[in-house]
Amino acid sequence: MSEIKGASVVIVGGGVTGLSAGWWLARGGVDVLVLEKGLIGWEASGRNGGGCSHHHSPLFAEEQRLWPIMDDLLGYPTEFRGERVRLASSEHQMALYGRALRNAERQGFQSQVLDLKQAKELVPLAGDTVVGGYHYKFGGHANPHRTLQGYAWAMQDHGGRLLQHTTVTGFRTEGGRVIAVETDRGEVGCDSLVLAAGPQTGRLSAMLGQEVPVQSARCEMIVTEPLPLMPLGGVDGCGLYGRQTLRGNLAYGGGPHEWLALAEEGTPGKPTTPLMLHMGKRLAQLLPKAAHARIIRSWAGVIENTPDGRPVIDRLASQANVVVATLSSVGFGLSPASGRAIRDLVVDGVCGFADLSSFRLARFAELEPNWRELQGWQVTAATESLAA
Amino acid sequence: MTIPASDPKSVTGKPLAIEESVDVLVVGAGPAGLEAAIGAAARGLNVLLVDENPVPFRTMGDDVPLHFGQGMTASARNRNAMMEAFVASEPRIAEAFEAGVDLRLGTACWGLYANGPALGWMPGLVAGLADEERSILVQARHVILACGRRDMGLGFPGWEKPGVMGATAALSLATRYDAFGPRRVVILGSGTEALTTALALREAGVTIAAIVEQASRPIGDADLLASLTAGGAEILTGHVVRETTGRDGVEVALIATLDGEGKPAGDERAIACDGIVLAVGATPVIDLIDAAGCKVAFQAERGGYAPVLDASQRTSLANVFAIGDCAGIWGNKTRDRAIAEAEAARAVAALGEDAAELAAAVPPAPDYDISAYRLAWVRASVIEARAEFHVCQCEEVTAREILEIRPPRYLDWRNERRNDRSLSALLGEGPPNPDQVKRLTRAGMGPCQGRRCREQVAALLALGAAQPLSAIPLAGYRAPVRPMLLAMTAHVPEAPEQAEHWDTWFGMHAQWVPFWEVPARYTVATNDATGPVASE
Repeated sequence: MSEIKGASVVIVGGGVTGLSAGWWLARGGVDVLVLEKGLIGWEASGRNGGGCSHHHSPLFAEEQRLWPIMDDLLGYPTEFRGERVRLASSEHQMALYGRALRNAERQGFQSQVLDLKQAKELVPLAGDTVVGGYHYKFGGHANPHRTLQGYAWAMQDHGGRLLQHTTVTGFRTEGGRVIAVETDRGEVGCDSLVLAAGPQTGRLSAMLGQEVPVQSARCEMIVTEPLPLMPLGGVDGCGLYGRQTLRGNLAYGGGPHEWLALAEEGTPGKPTTPLMLHMGKRLAQLLPKAAHARIIRSWAGVIENTPDGRPVIDRLASQANVVVATLSSVGFGLSPASGRAIRDLVVDGVCGFADLSSFRLARFAELEPNWRELQGWQVTAATESLAA
Repeated sequence: MTIPASDPKSVTGKPLAIEESVDVLVVGAGPAGLEAAIGAAARGLNVLLVDENPVPFRTMGDDVPLHFGQGMTASARNRNAMMEAFVASEPRIAEAFEAGVDLRLGTACWGLYANGPALGWMPGLVAGLADEERSILVQARHVILACGRRDMGLGFPGWEKPGVMGATAALSLATRYDAFGPRRVVILGSGTEALTTALALREAGVTIAAIVEQASRPIGDADLLASLTAGGAEILTGHVVRETTGRDGVEVALIATLDGEGKPAGDERAIACDGIVLAVGATPVIDLIDAAGCKVAFQAERGGYAPVLDASQRTSLANVFAIGDCAGIWGNKTRDRAIAEAEAARAVAALGEDAAELAAAVPPAPDYDISAYRLAWVRASVIEARAEFHVCQCEEVTAREILEIRPPRYLDWRNERRNDRSLSALLGEGPPNPDQVKRLTRAGMGPCQGRRCREQVAALLALGAAQPLSAIPLAGYRAPVRPMLLAMTAHVPEAPEQAEHWDTWFGMHAQWVPFWEVPARYTVATNDATGPVASE
């Protein structure tokens, strides 16, 4: 017996991708319901650097178009600020970071190469610990928590619904279509289904016979006490991603991840590790004039990757009314555009503003079944025994 | 094709620089920690006992780890004198030295790490320690946490003024360091913790002007109360502080009576004082315990959120124990250190292979409803306050901003198109979650790491949702549980293989191939993952 009213489109997953899709659908007048097993944004969506400059992605142009107008579109603050400075601690790093310029220029976005003097002028907290850097005249950064809540509230303003603390347990299919989502609170009828459940996307899609291959990992970040605002907050590099928040805190991450066996259900714990120290060391190298600042928190997130690290946003061949979406560990910044792409696939059957062919699930048709082992993405013995 | 043993960009095979390994690490050199360290050393174990006290003057000024409220005298700047006073005030410190315990004072434990379902990288139990000069990692076979207590903050207009402080901080300054500034104080609360604090302060030469209690009768022991009144302290039940005034610090506490609904009413009265001591809720210090991943639960009989323990003081994490005040606070335990010492003895007995199963030492049922009591304080003092003030002093967030989930003022968000996004709209059907609220309002996100406001924020959410305190989830703690200078992070060396493979993100070649160059099919065999890579 169902206690939940069905919807035209049911979205599984209350992260940035699912909520952005829900908002795009709702603002177009579609009856939409987002199901979330815990609290919205509790996984990777709420635990990232907030960067918005993904020049390698087919969604880049739309990402760049949308961010500057998101506050107005949503009606809630995202804390978006444009532009990014990326500093390099060595000539080798300088060369590696240069790829962004070529990618962006090809798509019509300008950047400036910074020598040490220019870098120090632009970034008051920088010092002689860097050799130079790049100033992207595009991209930027926003506050993940605020943006995520903005999607949810804006979706609700347009009549969309959100159910937290609701776990999906299965699907009911009929004639090659999913007609209902089974949850721990009853069945929810739907005309279309979107799976945007982060690390759970693999397990849920496998239930429909077409698994999106993903593996989860834990990543970490640190944050300092507030410092006086720099003219541009979007300063990172030296092996770190992150930003100075509008409050003044330095929030940065980077370094090795740990591959994890995903618990079947529930919210995984998100422990941090002493990696905090090695991020801190690099932050003091990136911004040496902040070395007197104190780290006041660290946090970890669990995030999924596909075998090639590229997103899947596609309709399932087996059930035509199902769209699967994972942004493969790079989802926050692209979320204004990914939500719109999902809306297009659900409503129009095809994305009207970008070429999503590189996001197709079929690219994994010949993937080795033991791809995790082949790529060395094994979980450590300790977590394996504990998860068993 | 060669198969990599492991992803070189992952933590696998990246050793941590462990500087020392010990049999037992004890955190906190109070009665419980000392008993545990001495007992473990007597069993022939190699014991490291750390205590962050005396904390540096600057740290005290930041209200870390206790709410010192600038109540320390200038003598607290003299680190050597503070160290001597700390050692002299506890005879068992010398006993621990003699027992062969490696005792390090002025050394904080800022993190404790253990493997679990989402972490397998640790070589065992790893603790991060720091003194004023260095930060190091230590591995321990067993960890015994004796981290003590602190006090729930309680705001009112002016509570940010120097002189408003927690009872634990006041006691520490007055009885251990002889560095307590105020000479005449008002104490808020009348439980056993408040009354023992008042008596100890009086013993230290401080005048107790009044005990202010919002409840209609005192809740602590009658004998303690009798000794206080005999000494001239006024007991003002059914009262609350309306405001504190003063130029550079507390000079006056303005108090008023409460009506039958717990709202301030009637005439105000000014009590001259230079200190206001908050003693409405002694709270187990569980920051390390929660950050390490030990199971915690709201346990009224233990004074609020406290670790879930077995009869031998074991937490849910293997080989991690909690003893003393951080394991739970109740009246008799506050009055008799033998109870904490007995907990230590049970933990030490459990370190051996031959550990006998013990009967659980169950705290007595609380003699008052701590949830209702603390909520009544917050309602009368914070919600009914006559002027807005910052519940979160670091981030300057008011009670109204917390309950209305307002964006922080520095955003200058002027779009008031939707102003009904209050707590209820955020909730849906679940209980309000303080972590969610703090991310949106920033309450609790400042350098004091939420020590002054987290219990008040939880109480505000409970009042806003008409739920008991036990229904409000614990706002999570994360390392470093003491603020750590960026400049100190480099003290712990990084493994060369980690530095070599360090990348901004996952370090996957294929992830950053521009979309116009992506091949139609992906297989591991055909993927070109050679050459340098930098994630974006």
